[in-house]
Amino acid sequence: MIDSVQNARDTPDHPQPYSELGLKSEEYHRIRDILGRRPTSSELAMYSVMWSEHCSYKSSKVHLRQFGDLPHSEALLVGIGENAGVVDIGDGYAVTFKIESHNHPSYVEPYQGAATGIGGIVRDILTMGARPVAVMDPLRFGPADAPDTQRVLPGVVAGIGGYGNCLGLPNIGGEVVFDDGYLGNPLVNALCVGVMRHEDIRLAKATGAGNVVILFGARTGGDGIGGVSVLASETFAADGPKKRPSVQVGDPFTEKVLIECCLEIFAADLVVGIQDLGGAGLSCATTELSSAGSGGMHVVLDRVPLRDETLAPEEILMSESQERMCAVVRPSAVDSFMEICARWEITATVIAEVNDSGRLTIDWRDERIVDVPPKTVAHEGPVYERPLARPLDLDDLRADDPAHLPRPSTSEELRALLLRMVGSPNLCDKTWVTEQYDRYVQGNTVLAQPEDAGVVRVDESTGLGVAVATDGNGRFARLDPYAGAQLALAEAYRNVATTGARPLAVTNCLNFGSPEDPAVMWQFAEAVRGLADGCRALGLPVTGGNVSFYNQTGDKAINPTPIIGVLGVIGDVARRTPMAFGSVPDEVLLLLGDTYPEFGGSEWAWSEHHHLGGRPPAVDLGRERAVAEVLATAAEEGLVSAAHDLSDGGLAQALVECCLRGDVGALVHLDEDPFMALYAESAGRALVALPAGRLGRFTELCQEHAVPATQIGTVRPDHPELTMAGQFGVPLTELRSAYTGTLPALFGAAVGATPPGGVEQDHDVTAEV
Amino acid sequence: MKIGVVTFPGSLDDRDARRAIRVAGGEPVALWHGDATLRGVDAVVLPGGFSYGDYLRCGAIARFAPVMQTVIDRAGRGLPVLGICNGFQILCESHLLPGALTRNAHLHFRNRDQRLRVENTATSWTSGYRQGEEIVVPVKNGEGCFVAAPDVLDRLEGEGRVVVRYADGNPNGSVRDIAGICNDRGNVVGLMPHPEHAVEKLTGPSIDGLGFFTSVLTAAVS
Amino acid sequence: MPRVVVDVMLKPEILDPQGSAILGALPRLGFDGVRSVRQGKHFELEVDEPVDEARLRELADTLLANSVIEEFTLQVMPL
Repeated sequence: MIDSVQNARDTPDHPQPYSELGLKSEEYHRIRDILGRRPTSSELAMYSVMWSEHCSYKSSKVHLRQFGDLPHSEALLVGIGENAGVVDIGDGYAVTFKIESHNHPSYVEPYQGAATGIGGIVRDILTMGARPVAVMDPLRFGPADAPDTQRVLPGVVAGIGGYGNCLGLPNIGGEVVFDDGYLGNPLVNALCVGVMRHEDIRLAKATGAGNVVILFGARTGGDGIGGVSVLASETFAADGPKKRPSVQVGDPFTEKVLIECCLEIFAADLVVGIQDLGGAGLSCATTELSSAGSGGMHVVLDRVPLRDETLAPEEILMSESQERMCAVVRPSAVDSFMEICARWEITATVIAEVNDSGRLTIDWRDERIVDVPPKTVAHEGPVYERPLARPLDLDDLRADDPAHLPRPSTSEELRALLLRMVGSPNLCDKTWVTEQYDRYVQGNTVLAQPEDAGVVRVDESTGLGVAVATDGNGRFARLDPYAGAQLALAEAYRNVATTGARPLAVTNCLNFGSPEDPAVMWQFAEAVRGLADGCRALGLPVTGGNVSFYNQTGDKAINPTPIIGVLGVIGDVARRTPMAFGSVPDEVLLLLGDTYPEFGGSEWAWSEHHHLGGRPPAVDLGRERAVAEVLATAAEEGLVSAAHDLSDGGLAQALVECCLRGDVGALVHLDEDPFMALYAESAGRALVALPAGRLGRFTELCQEHAVPATQIGTVRPDHPELTMAGQFGVPLTELRSAYTGTLPALFGAAVGATPPGGVEQDHDVTAEV
Repeated sequence: MKIGVVTFPGSLDDRDARRAIRVAGGEPVALWHGDATLRGVDAVVLPGGFSYGDYLRCGAIARFAPVMQTVIDRAGRGLPVLGICNGFQILCESHLLPGALTRNAHLHFRNRDQRLRVENTATSWTSGYRQGEEIVVPVKNGEGCFVAAPDVLDRLEGEGRVVVRYADGNPNGSVRDIAGICNDRGNVVGLMPHPEHAVEKLTGPSIDGLGFFTSVLTAAVS
Repeated sequence: MPRVVVDVMLKPEILDPQGSAILGALPRLGFDGVRSVRQGKHFELEVDEPVDEARLRELADTLLANSVIEEFTLQVMPL
């Protein structure tokens, strides 16, 4: 029995499972008011999913408005509200980039959760009319040695690699961070960058009465339906519904073909509007397209090509089957559109027509099952002003400064600490992870992890390129969400500048606990406020982003983790600044910025003492701007041979990474307090190596921008040791062994697993019992 | 000199192969899997990627593409053919080369800058290298472990048909560290590493890969 | 409609790292007494009558299995 609109009119008091679907009583009644009757089960499903936190941003909207209030940026071509933001990078090129989360699915099914996270963000970029050119993956896991991390991490990494590699997208950066709070709540954020010409920009609106809507890509199955099955049971006869998978399963090959097919379709200018099908599938695509465009659409749901013929209409509408897109096409262009799809063997079907009725109507088996004003579904969802309350423990937490914790005093202790720190899970070499990603495909990757930012060439003849970095220190944000968000922004900003690019735009993925917890909501509000204020001070627009709430187990929320992505432009990628020492002779080492005894939330405090307390490092956005200006100008003028920003693990970590990357030693002079010099995590600092001959001009540049620049040592290519003058020295071999041994020891447990460097030579591949 | 690069559904490094040909001084020609014509090219590259999503087995379906009928036929008559990574898998599935590529012994996809030794400089694609020359070229694969029956291996070694070998570590478990082989005539070469990613200092670990593409241009002339 | 089942396994002399990984994981999950694991593929085909077994063997040998490294068994299922 189909729950049609007529049936809904005839049975106004039929009880509906709205609270099982996540709707509050007042929301259900509001739907009844909007429609002037009870909703059909399909309409109820649509409203419940589109008004969910994930789709409607109901808890975050009031705060996110601050991003829309930022001063207009000339570079911003498409702002918040579309699938992804678009910025002008010059020479007629536009770049679109965005970061999104797929946290909960990755906990449930690590491989597919992470894989479909990549798939989803790539489609968002494709939908803007761009060719996706790179991905990045900021990841957070529970403690590295926890059994559940052993389950989750390898699957997530394999999924990101499995999907991204097959799409032909180089992975140019990301992070792997371990912290107790993420156990049970891993964070899998995925960023994608796409490139296009200005005239290629596509938007997600269905305009032009008489135009048709074509659903193309994979067939629709029961992926991700989950709770909506409750509705299906309403409309099924005696034998009840089959079990519906709630995990989405991705097929990167289909998406790769979809990308090529779409780009050909775009090049032939065959679409008026385009939307990808992500969360809430067809419900989302149809309501968003129609509400942004001419205002109306009529859908014949029977036309949707199915993988599973037993799906009920509610399930078809809610399905989150991957690799699907909806295009709005002029009738005269349909044949050409279909011809391109046929050549790429992509299923494509006309499922709807655009009109200007102001209603979205959907028919199933000749009965009307949906008749709603689409704006009310897609854009006029509930807006909550959730209560905020400063966490009660915050003052105590801040008062507990790590300054009092025992710290090394002798040279031997400092030396031992260095080796422990570089081998600690957060600071250690991540090659075990990053080797599973293709960094070369498309042939335009100029810098990739472990460099400070991923740098991708956009134009082969001019060398125009972009640099992208992501950062988000959850410990800093726990101690002070306002400052923590600004520190994350500053770090990503600094990372982009360190490679020689000029920061241009911001995206963000805000990962928090439950919005129903006033303390979490306070953290969220503070972080958004901090990010908005920070972007204002740095002159950067926020192009879009994502909010992930409910990252918590019981009443224990994760550290607030605002992950900020910054994109910058570099005029000629040949002038980028890599991090490895030793590329030229006679390099002098300079430390830019000021160092204060700031250890609150530091890697040292956590790794050595499992301590989180005190205040995060002070924020000075004026200084960050100055340092960035120095680094970008220095790159343009070809003054520096290497640069690395200072962040987790302080100066010690930066020195070790630069020496090992270049496979050369360095002699470093530390002042009276070597421990502070090495492990404080003051912001606004960078380590620079430059040929002695450039010192004059570079010092001048620093003075022009009031950036302190202190000479701290020299690079020693013929002496493979990191030497802290008067304190200790560690041969590179010993450093490398400590640095690279950790992850393989923790995760290389697969039978036949090999250490970095190759397969054991005695491995007999021809005999196996 | 025109060098064709075939695009199958799912091919990824076709554009990079075309770039490498251009950098080498040749004229790249895009070939479509569904067209049996080779459009008059002097040599063919089967590029890396995940043709048909690696469904069934890597290269198992691509092998039956219309363009492959022509490639197999012309290869038998001396046309230089280079199969890179997925292309190597297609050549083995097509029986233009012996052996097979299987899942990496350690089960992970691995992308690494790999040292290689060029051991056969008589093929159409390696004539520009010195015998025993060591080069650094990226490898990036999940199914790159070369296997073959012992008698086949002995024959390959005996006839000098191991074209390139992994040096300084074996990234995938390939038997006898074999990274690339050729047919008996030396016009068909299969290679797991990606020379097209080592043709520009800016984007690769070296420009050592260029030799594959310049070699065939001189071969085409002669 | 007649059903044909084809099972494809790696030849015994070929390294099966996936099978080894599964074997290695079993004790961790509390299963002992498993001596070896080999992983293969199982295909189910629905075919028109009359069933031409020789032709199906050719299909299995040409496409479903790579005869360099794999062997297969083919069974026509009773209706």
